Amino acid sequence: MTDPLPRPLPAISEMNRDFWCGGADGRLHIHRCGGCGRYHHPYVAACSACLSRDVKAVPVSGRGTVKAVTVNHQPWFPAVPVPYALILVELEEQSDIRLMSNLVNAPIGTAQAGLKVKVCFQKYQDDIFIPLFEPA
Amino acid sequence: MSRYFEKNVAVSGVGQSKLYRKPTVYPFDLCVDACMAAIEDAGLTPADIDGVACWPAAIPHQGHGTSSASTTDIKNSLGLKLNWYASGSGPAQYASIINAIGAIAAGYCDHVLCYRAEGERWVPTYGRAFIDGSMPVAQGFQQWMLPYWAPSACNWIALHADEHMRRTGISREQMAMIPINQRRNAGLNEAAVYRDPITLDDYMLARMISSPFCLYDCDVPIDGSAAVVISRLDLARDRTRKPIRFEAVGSALHDHESWFGRMDWPNMALNDAAKMMWSRTDLTAKDVSTAHLYDGFTWLTILWMEALGLTKPGETGGFLEGGARIALDGELPLNTNGGQLSEGRLHAFSHLVEAVRQLRGEAGPRQVKKEVKVSVCGAGGGVFGSSLLLAAD
Repeated sequence: MTDPLPRPLPAISEMNRDFWCGGADGRLHIHRCGGCGRYHHPYVAACSACLSRDVKAVPVSGRGTVKAVTVNHQPWFPAVPVPYALILVELEEQSDIRLMSNLVNAPIGTAQAGLKVKVCFQKYQDDIFIPLFEPA
Repeated sequence: MSRYFEKNVAVSGVGQSKLYRKPTVYPFDLCVDACMAAIEDAGLTPADIDGVACWPAAIPHQGHGTSSASTTDIKNSLGLKLNWYASGSGPAQYASIINAIGAIAAGYCDHVLCYRAEGERWVPTYGRAFIDGSMPVAQGFQQWMLPYWAPSACNWIALHADEHMRRTGISREQMAMIPINQRRNAGLNEAAVYRDPITLDDYMLARMISSPFCLYDCDVPIDGSAAVVISRLDLARDRTRKPIRFEAVGSALHDHESWFGRMDWPNMALNDAAKMMWSRTDLTAKDVSTAHLYDGFTWLTILWMEALGLTKPGETGGFLEGGARIALDGELPLNTNGGQLSEGRLHAFSHLVEAVRQLRGEAGPRQVKKEVKVSVCGAGGGVFGSSLLLAAD
């Protein structure tokens, strides 16, 4: 496999470790309330809906729908060829859990609102797994 | 007395520095220019100023960058004797003003100097910060965007615009009327950095930055500064200039504070601010004479128009069609100074300065011909949103 394109990588902390490092098991992890079942992103220490303190990251399906697309033409990073598509994915578990990402393993024109997608990961350093999406 | 104390506070003075694409004057000095101009315009001297506020926070003794004048350095340059000061946090680009109104209401101070200082051009890295091949560390809220090579608000807001424009049917040709109209207005504004008219062809042929935003949908980074003096209304009435009263302010943030996690996405914090503002006044959108709405990217102006009820969601495209309704002689003169798209980006402070000038009848060749009694200013997009309703009594 060729080296992946470089990306700005997150500084890992207790508030984002489950999201950025959780992909080590091949699954996407999102915080969920053990009381009412509501998902939260990013990290919360209490459920904003029911105030339960029983909130922890759980694996989710990784499936969702592309809600919006922008094609970036500006060469912000010289190592990254343009144009490339930025997508906003709504997870099937809950409509307000929306993740910006890149669509991979598909031509740029495939990135259209309504496209069904599933998560995949690109590993960086030892423990960072950037969630990306490909057509489902 | 109204329970809404902003009605007892006025803008007593406004000032703006020269604006530079290629600065030859240090950005901090530009802010001092703007502050001195605003104090003089209010008929005051620095000895009268007993409060100072800016947003966002600035690093003391660094007079360039995103916020290029700390309250520390402004205080020390102008010899201010302060009873109150605030730097940073609060509701978006008008945080300093909304905080100052609160401080005046509490009786901490009478005349507050509020300013915005932009100095990102002095060190020429804006938009080219990573051109040396470096990769920034993704921290704070940007960690949700930067790993996907989306370092600019242009990218983030483009996703909102994509959804909204598909949902409402607004076309790029209709959106183009905003930058075209503003460039025409900038032709009447000697302070503006871009003054030559642009056509629909220019717009449609311009290079794309992040679809649907082309070059002309993006505001123009400049070095410069704008300042206002906020005063207790009864004290402002003693001065030479007509005081422009705050009729209402909007500072609310009710839904999730994030770029993409609101229940009502692609609405933004500005929708909450606009709703709060109208809850504090008997006036309605029909009373607005001129609108000065945030145009960091053209679509934000559209969302502000809809959030404020100046147009109905879904009807803004038709309202913009042809551009006549938003022109200086139209039913809703919009961004009459050329806005950030043409005059230059002063983060909604130049919008406020322009609103005050229109309300005083001091906007020169671009003065709106009809009587201007009420003007609305909106600042920000995404997680940032605050608004001001101004009235000339």
